[in-house]
Amino acid sequence: MSGFLEIRGLSARLAGTGQRLLRSVDISLPAGSVRGLVGESGAGKSMIGKAVLGVLPKAVEVIEGEILLDGQDLQKVSPAERRRLIGAKAALIPQDPLTALNPSRRIGPQITDRLVDILGWTKARAATRALEVLAEVSIPEPERIMRLYPHELSGGMRQRILIASAFAAEPKLIVADEPTTALDVTVQKQILKLISELQARHGTALLFVTHDLGVVSKVCDTLSVLYAGKVVEDTTVERFFAAPQHGYSSALLAATPRHTDPSSSLKPVPREVLDAVAAEVAASDAAWRPSGGARG
Amino acid sequence: MMLLRQTVSRLITTLITLFGVAVIVFVVIRVVPGNPIAMMLPPGASETDIERLKTLYGLDKSIFEQFVIWFGNVLHGDFGTSISTRQPVLSLVLDRLPATLELSIMALVMAVAIGGALAVLGTRFRGRKTEAGIDVANGIGLSIPDFLWGLALILLFGVLWPVFQISGRVSPRLELPFTNQFYLFESLARLRFDITADLLSHMFMPALALALPLAAIISQLLKQSLKETVNLDYSVLARTKGYSETKVILSEALPNSILPTLTLVGVQFTFLIGGTVIIERLFSYEGLGNMAIDAVINRDLPLIQGIVILFAILFTFVNLAVDMTYAFLNPKLRHA
Ligand SMILES: Nc1ncnc2c1ncn2[C@@H]1O[C@H](COP(=O)(O)OP(=O)(O)OP(=O)(O)O)[C@@H](O)[C@H]1O
Ligand SMILES: [Mg+2]
Repeated sequence: MSGFLEIRGLSARLAGTGQRLLRSVDISLPAGSVRGLVGESGAGKSMIGKAVLGVLPKAVEVIEGEILLDGQDLQKVSPAERRRLIGAKAALIPQDPLTALNPSRRIGPQITDRLVDILGWTKARAATRALEVLAEVSIPEPERIMRLYPHELSGGMRQRILIASAFAAEPKLIVADEPTTALDVTVQKQILKLISELQARHGTALLFVTHDLGVVSKVCDTLSVLYAGKVVEDTTVERFFAAPQHGYSSALLAATPRHTDPSSSLKPVPREVLDAVAAEVAASDAAWRPSGGARG
Repeated sequence: MMLLRQTVSRLITTLITLFGVAVIVFVVIRVVPGNPIAMMLPPGASETDIERLKTLYGLDKSIFEQFVIWFGNVLHGDFGTSISTRQPVLSLVLDRLPATLELSIMALVMAVAIGGALAVLGTRFRGRKTEAGIDVANGIGLSIPDFLWGLALILLFGVLWPVFQISGRVSPRLELPFTNQFYLFESLARLRFDITADLLSHMFMPALALALPLAAIISQLLKQSLKETVNLDYSVLARTKGYSETKVILSEALPNSILPTLTLVGVQFTFLIGGTVIIERLFSYEGLGNMAIDAVINRDLPLIQGIVILFAILFTFVNLAVDMTYAFLNPKLRHA
C-alpha cells in the first residue's frame, strides 16, 4: 500500500560542514491518517516537514531519497511545478501564530491569496470559502476579522486563522509543526481539538510534529520516533504505548509524565540509552553508502 | 488627543528651529569678511556714497538692531529686497523654488527606483555573484560624492556620448507658454510632451548625479532588511502556499522592509536637497541652489537669508512628510 505522502530513504546534510541532518528517513502516510513525529530538540522533526513542503533552508541539501506527494516525486519535477504541487495539495500549520502572519497585510488576503494566485479561483469564490473556513474554526464576525491586521488579534485567534487558511484549499496533506507550543496552556487544548476535528472531518492526512507524547496519544494513528535525523521506531500509537520496541522509545515514554499538564517538559532520557542509540546511528552511518551521486 | 498634542509640540520645535537657523545665518553672513556695498559700487566710489547705501540697506546699525528690524518684517511676510537685483527676496526665491523641487523629486524618484530595483535583485540572487556585484556597486555609489558623479556624467553623456542636455533647465528655442514655474508638471498637464522631453533631457544628468549616492544607500539598507525578512515565518509560509521567490520578496518582504528604510531615506533626502546647490551650479540649472551661490558671491545678505530660511522650511516639510508616510504605512501606528 502506498500512502498519500511517501518519504523513501531521505538523507540530507548541511552544505558547509557536511553534517548529516536526516539519515535515510522512511515515512509513509496514507490519505486521511495522522502520523506523529517525535524526538528531542534538533532530531530533525521540523526538517522533515520542511523537506515535504519544499522549504528546506538554503544551507541544507538533500543527498538522496524520494518524497512522493500523491505519487509524484517532488525531487524530479521543476521548481515551479514543485511549488504548484505543494501549494495545491499540502499546507502548513506553523508553530508561532505571532510571526506566521504578515504584519502589514490584512487577514482576508492572507487566507485567500493561495486560492486566487495559485489555484486560480475567482476572488468572490475565494472570499466565500474564507468566510466558510473561518466559521468552521469558530471565528466570530468573520467578515470584520478579514479586514483586520494581525496585531489586532490574540495569539489563539491568529492560530485559528492560520488553521483556517491551511484548510481553505482542501489540501490532502497538512504539516503541523508544534502548532500549540507557542500558545497559552488553556488555548493549547482547544487548538489541538480543533485541528483534530478538522482533520477527521476533511479526511486530511496530517504530519504532526511534537515533543509531547501525551498529544500523540490523543491525535495520532502512527508515529515515527526520531533520533539524530534517523527514524529509530516506526509504529502505531497503540503498539507504541503498549510496548515500545526500541530502547530510546521506552526511555522517552518512561520520561513522559502522564496525566499532568502538557506543558511540563520531558524528564531526561538516561545516559546509557542515549549512548546506545548514538552508537546505533554511528553504526548505520558506517554501513551507509549513498546510492545516487550527491545532489548539489 | 495624543495626535493634537504631538502636532502642537512638533510645530513649536519647528518654529524654534527655524528661529535658530535665522539667527545663525544672520550673524554668520555679517561677521565673515566681504562687503555687499563694495560689490555694488564701481571702484573708487566716495565715502559718502558708501555711507549713503549702508544707511539705505540698514547696514549701519548694530547686528542686533538689524536682526530685530529684519525679523519684524519677516513676520509680516516681507523678506526684504535683494541688494544685487533690487527685487523682493520672496518673489525671487519662490520663483526659483519649483525648479529645485522638480530636480530634487526627480532625483529622489530615480534613487528609489535604482536602489529599490538593486535591493530586490540582490535579495533574489543572494549569496551569488549578482549580489556580490551589487555590493560593489553600492560601495562605489557611496564613496563618490554627487558633484563628482556630476563631472563623470558630463564627461560620459555630455562629451563622449552627447545624448542629454548638459546645461540649463529648458532649451530657450522652445516658447514657454507657462503660467507657473513648475515647468515639468505644467508641460504634462498641457500635454506638451515635446517640452516634457526637453525638460527631462536637461534634468537627467543633474538628477542622476544627486540620485546615485542615495540609490546606493537605499539599495544597501533595503537589501539588508529584505534578506532578513525573506527568512521570517510568514515568508516561509507564503512559499509553502506555492509562491515563487520573487513574489515572496515583492509581496511579503518588501512591504515590511520599506518601513525601516524610510526614516533614513528621509534624512538622506534633505542631504540630497542640500546637494542641489553645487549640482545646479555645475549644470547651470536655474534653481534655488544656483541662485544661492550667486547670492553668496555678491554678498547679497537679504537674499542669502531668504534662501537659507526657505531651505530650512523645506527640510522641515520633508521630515514631516516622512513621518506621515511612516504612520500611514505602519498598520500598528495607523490604528493606534
Ligand atoms: N537553517 C538551518 N541551517 C543549518 N542548520 C539547521 C537549520 N535549521 C536547523 N538546523 C539543524 O538541523 C537539525 C535539525 O533541526 P530541526 O529544526 O529539524 O530540529 P527539530 O527536531 O525540529 O527540533 P525542535 O524540537 O527544537 O524544533 C538541528 O541540528 C539544527 O541545528
Ligand atoms: Mg522543530
